[in-house]
Amino acid sequence: MNMILPTASISATPNGTTRPQVRIVIVGHVDHGKSTLVGRLLHETGSLPDGKLEMLKAVSARRGMPFEWSFLLDALQTERDQGITIDTTQIRFRTRSRDVVLIDAPGHAEFLRNMITGASQADGAVLIIDALEGVRDQTRRHGYLLHLLGVKQVAVVVNKMDRVDFSATRFKEISDEISAHLIGLGVTPSAVVPISARDGDGVAERTPRIGWYTGPTVVDALDALEPARPLASLPLRLPVQAIYKFDDRRIVAGRIESGSLKTGDEIVIMPAGKIARIKTVESWPVTPLGGPQTAGRSVGITLDRELFIERGDVISHVGQSPRDTRRIRARIFWLHDKPLATGEQILVRLGARESRATVVAIEKAIDPGALSNDENKAIARNHVGEIDISLAQPIATDPYTDNPRTGRLVIEVGGRIAGGGLVLSVDAGQRAIPVDIVPVESALRPDERSARYHHNGAVIWLTGLPGSGKSTLARALERRLFGNGGSPILLDGDTLRAGLNGDLGFSPQDRSENIRRLAEVATHLARNGHIAIVAAVSPSAVDRAAARRIADSAFREIYVATPAEVCESRDPKGHYAKARAGALQGFTGIGNDYQPPTASELTIDASTLSVADAADEIERMLARTGILFNEVVDLAANI
Amino acid sequence: MLLLDNQTAETGLRARAHVKAASVPKISAVQTIPSQTIPSMDHLDELEAQSIYILREAFARLKKLALLWSLGKDSNVMIWLARKAFFGRVPFPALHVDTGKKFPEMYAFRDRFGKEWDLDLRVEPCPPIDSVDPTLPPAARSAARKTEGLKLALVKHGFDGLIAGIRRDEEATRAKERVFSPRGLEGEWDVRDQPPEFWDHFNASPPQGAHLRIHPILHWTEADIWAYTKRENIPIIPLYLAKDGKRYRSLGDADITFPVASTASNIDEILTELDRTKVPERAGRALDHETEDAFERLRVAGYL
Repeated sequence: MNMILPTASISATPNGTTRPQVRIVIVGHVDHGKSTLVGRLLHETGSLPDGKLEMLKAVSARRGMPFEWSFLLDALQTERDQGITIDTTQIRFRTRSRDVVLIDAPGHAEFLRNMITGASQADGAVLIIDALEGVRDQTRRHGYLLHLLGVKQVAVVVNKMDRVDFSATRFKEISDEISAHLIGLGVTPSAVVPISARDGDGVAERTPRIGWYTGPTVVDALDALEPARPLASLPLRLPVQAIYKFDDRRIVAGRIESGSLKTGDEIVIMPAGKIARIKTVESWPVTPLGGPQTAGRSVGITLDRELFIERGDVISHVGQSPRDTRRIRARIFWLHDKPLATGEQILVRLGARESRATVVAIEKAIDPGALSNDENKAIARNHVGEIDISLAQPIATDPYTDNPRTGRLVIEVGGRIAGGGLVLSVDAGQRAIPVDIVPVESALRPDERSARYHHNGAVIWLTGLPGSGKSTLARALERRLFGNGGSPILLDGDTLRAGLNGDLGFSPQDRSENIRRLAEVATHLARNGHIAIVAAVSPSAVDRAAARRIADSAFREIYVATPAEVCESRDPKGHYAKARAGALQGFTGIGNDYQPPTASELTIDASTLSVADAADEIERMLARTGILFNEVVDLAANI
Repeated sequence: MLLLDNQTAETGLRARAHVKAASVPKISAVQTIPSQTIPSMDHLDELEAQSIYILREAFARLKKLALLWSLGKDSNVMIWLARKAFFGRVPFPALHVDTGKKFPEMYAFRDRFGKEWDLDLRVEPCPPIDSVDPTLPPAARSAARKTEGLKLALVKHGFDGLIAGIRRDEEATRAKERVFSPRGLEGEWDVRDQPPEFWDHFNASPPQGAHLRIHPILHWTEADIWAYTKRENIPIIPLYLAKDGKRYRSLGDADITFPVASTASNIDEILTELDRTKVPERAGRALDHETEDAFERLRVAGYL
């Protein structure tokens, strides 16, 4: 959970005084003593509730263990039985100068997702290292993740100094190693403190056993960590959470992530770029509000004109808007069991916007816990990497260096958060449009065409092995749609290779270019209201992902999944026979180079379905996904 | 019947959807913001803004929400926050899963403010104690009726999201909760496999037939609740205030909830008391203390 805003928190303490509140996460390798340190801190600051110490003694004794501070936080029975922290937790205490929310995070690699959940809420961090074991893989990994999570204040504690006889030499070794590692990540530790959490040395006091150490205690180091500041000085970013029409007001609701707004401001709604003025700032029980509203507030505004605006749009001031893009480069951490690979379909959440997306490229995939940084092609669980993402719809965002709140995203797989990261740049790898190319828009609006054809524009992409029945299906579908008054256009891969793509062969590069051209032509037709039916083997998942990106929401992929034996026995063009005879190089079908789709809109096995039934299925899918409709188009809805 | 809602209830302010600023007498400094000065947010402002954000996310991403109204101080604050989030109107039902054993003052409060706050109130009963896991200790078993009542209400109404007013500082297993917390088909909480949750992005896709718990005030403390209740003039049940040297810090079933020693007769005195006490909030809730893991077992099975 990402609690409260990174704001200068002044907590209204019960006695009416105000004290800053700071959230601090304790991270580090498993068994290096995170939970013990938290228990000790609570004890030293007199923050334990009555009876808690006795309870801990009883719980420890029941398990035949010496007194365990960690039982204080390890609230789950399984955590206490196994002696490990599974999930993150929070507990509060006070120092002389402030209220501290301590976030305990698990150190076990298995529970990295829980460490991230905890650490993402922190203003600062304490990285704990076992003096005997030294820097371990989770120490490095946690250090790296703090940097990715935007936690810039880090204090290091070297724990279990009693196990190394309070050796100043050992302390310096570890201190030098971890400082170098963190500085390499762009984080300078605010302190490195030698402690024994179990006995209390260095926690609240510098005991004689660490007499050689002159720096701050842990409590001193915590007192030096500052609450994160609000982003009031950055340009306005108001991601739209919802539009409410509970009464005669049409209220645009959201939380101001940065900057401020007030009645009368001229704003621009991204990514569409529409302009409006703020008419009122609404609230309850008193409304409207005068004066500016600043970063961190959850607000509601009304606009001076009726615009189409939806959840996920971002409101900014004119001249200071975020970028709108379909292409993002991000540095991410990955938490899903299945590694993230090029060509993968994902769901990206950025602010309140969600968009389907494709991973176009992966670079610098490494294990941040490993000493040597071997680069991989895919990003494995608990690893990090840089990826290029192509989004199915335009999105408003900032590079995180410009705005840390609107420059970060999460990735969802199967409805569950699977990773997250920072937006490094937008429009990565996209060709710039030369200034002398001025696209001419059609004289007809899309809704005029769809009113006539009773369908929206679409790219129907039939993929499958040679001989699977793509062309037959495509022709049947074309006839069907035309018969219903529609405007289908067949783009057959082989036919286009005879002309438009006559310069291309069958190398991987040429195949990709072939697909790109097909997708571009088909998309142009779809944008003009036609249904482009593409029949092409298109064996490469990456190439098809590229086609989907080009056609965007108009793309409907149909996998013609006729079994390979059936395809070969049918062999309508005699290709299989030639390939078997060695006369056809690079033929898809005999080898294993066809990569079947995993998320096509429809799968059809032409060996078990009649052509008419298959066309029925396709029609139903098109109706279901908003391409075909029977009722008269509501023109007004599209304006 | 004494119902504390401070001074302003008579003006009828809270009953109205919204009122124009000009027509409203000054309630407190925070509600009339002088123009041209940038108000800095204090701690309560931040808590409120975050809770409103969470409530709006829940409303945007789930199909059928209900807010669990236990009538206590926390869920009253939550209703207040929902009215702020949605400009005066709570756009989903307030569900009271009724054990039938609450204090009379609680029922009186429900009947009055259910109407005054214009809530879509749904009262659902709990099954008798025989239907509850007999291996639980007595008070926990009694409390577990609420879990069973909740399950029946879920089936009856088909809610996919339940907004609940639990807080991290109340109890150690609640401290491990997510803001959006998925529940299994039987309402159970898989504490060993909670999904990652960060940067205010929430997992909001419960599997078919399962539901999510949404915790908009997870990050508040007991003192925050009281300070906000005072600032916003939110009505409370008088049992929270000391009478004959005792008051209730937490309200539950009348037979398994006990008062603590206290002389705090108003919210300011409660806040002063909380600043000094080392007695945990739920000390008077018998179900928490019967065995080491009684409360965890309740929660894993779907208790709040």
